[in-house]
Amino acid sequence: MALQSLDIKRMSATTVQPPEARTPVTGTVAKLIDVSKCIGCKACQTACMEWNDLRDEIGENEGVYDNPRDLTPQSWTVMRFSEVVNNDDNLEWLIRKDGCMHCEDPGCLKACPSPGAIIQYTNGIVDFNQENCIGCGYCVAGCPFDVPRISKKDNRAYKCTLCSDRVAVGQEPACVKTCPTGAITFGTKEDMHVHAAERVEDLKSRGFENAGVYDPSGVGGTHVMYVLHHADRPGLYHGLKKDPRISPLVGLWKGVAKPLALAGLAVTALAGLFHYTRIGPNEVSSDEEAAALKEAQRIRETQDETR
Amino acid sequence: MKHADGQYNKEGLPLILRYTPNERSNHWITAICFVLLAVSGLAMFHPAMAWMAMFLGGGQWTRILHPFIGLVMFASFAVLVLRFWHHNLMDKGDVQWLKQIGDVVNNREDQLPKVGRYNGGQKLLFFVLILCMLGLLASGIVIWRAYFAFYFPIDVVRFAALLHAFCAFLIIASIIVHVYAGLWVKGSIGAMVRGTVTYGWAKKHHERWFEKVISGHHD
Repeated sequence: MALQSLDIKRMSATTVQPPEARTPVTGTVAKLIDVSKCIGCKACQTACMEWNDLRDEIGENEGVYDNPRDLTPQSWTVMRFSEVVNNDDNLEWLIRKDGCMHCEDPGCLKACPSPGAIIQYTNGIVDFNQENCIGCGYCVAGCPFDVPRISKKDNRAYKCTLCSDRVAVGQEPACVKTCPTGAITFGTKEDMHVHAAERVEDLKSRGFENAGVYDPSGVGGTHVMYVLHHADRPGLYHGLKKDPRISPLVGLWKGVAKPLALAGLAVTALAGLFHYTRIGPNEVSSDEEAAALKEAQRIRETQDETR
Repeated sequence: MKHADGQYNKEGLPLILRYTPNERSNHWITAICFVLLAVSGLAMFHPAMAWMAMFLGGGQWTRILHPFIGLVMFASFAVLVLRFWHHNLMDKGDVQWLKQIGDVVNNREDQLPKVGRYNGGQKLLFFVLILCMLGLLASGIVIWRAYFAFYFPIDVVRFAALLHAFCAFLIIASIIVHVYAGLWVKGSIGAMVRGTVTYGWAKKHHERWFEKVISGHHD
């Protein structure tokens, strides 16, 4: 069980080095979701609601098991049910618990313009600090997994916290605590990889030769990982991305464009200052004023003559 | 005729009316909106500028007000365009003027082609501003999270965010140049604050316009 305190490793819209003296010796934490063990009971959704005091509006049944249909500011995790016909013409019911993946390189944090609204703890958890959130929705654009949701009531972004409050005092996330089949486990990322490897081996021995762990490197790895029976085709699991990464558009916007644009504006303003101090203003001399008056008189006189 | 008839400055020089009160108000409404938008936009662009969120009352207020002020600026600017577009069509002389930008910045105006109501630089700014304003409006609506962003696919939102930042950079840089030009060419600020310029100013910087005004043609 991880006992890392909630020291901050990275803060949104902050360019200075956060305090770094304390680093968790046991490494970061991870939640491992073994999709092959999930029975779709949604106990994790309920536990999440209870622990976090969330109550979503009661929606409509749309003829599928997904309920609610999507992540919302009040539903930080949802079961995604996918019916897949496999090669043997058998039906596979693939159920994936969706929610924040807690990327090591979080696109939401990269995109966020509000200092300290999104933070990453040294234990790897990515958390939203709603007090600092301005509701701009940049995190939505930044996220490669389409996870953050902005509340229409308070215009602040919400998502799974990985129960950072529970983890801070040495407890596992609520969904982990409640899962009746042991499909969700929690511990150091290292331990979770060891456990995942055992599960993958087991699945392979049962004929799922493409079983594997989902810990996508494009976002630096994630602190929520999956064991998938078809790790070669993550898209089967309700469109889980094969190689998620921060969009290059966001990378440009919140990467190199920022310092370049600021420098460009500073140089433009300084160019003005130095032009003024080196070349100087463009003034009308009194001679030029007099000449203009004379010229005006001449023009008027010529006009009078031609009339 | 746009003579400021009977108006004289402190030195007793007669003045020419360059901007009517309505034109000046229109300009300054646009300018106030621009400044508020620039500071609040920069606050959301780079952490070094995050403190600028205070000008609109903090982060949430910045997020709320910025797009509405943007709409006001666009509307106000659109009226400016309707007022001035016919003065801002480029001609050969303007291209030549732009080619001689070295003479421009070194105050060698005597070597430049005679300028009408606006010079090549001002006309270029006019069109850059139109492009930026259109880009900012379109992309701004796409990234307006409270009302519109959820209607658009995520990659469109991402592209719009980038486009918004690019257009904002271009327009802020252009306006820095615009403001500096006003400070550099003495007498220009008076044109937009008091509405008037001296004969000398008009002849020196906009000679073809000066000739037209003096000879009584509508400019």
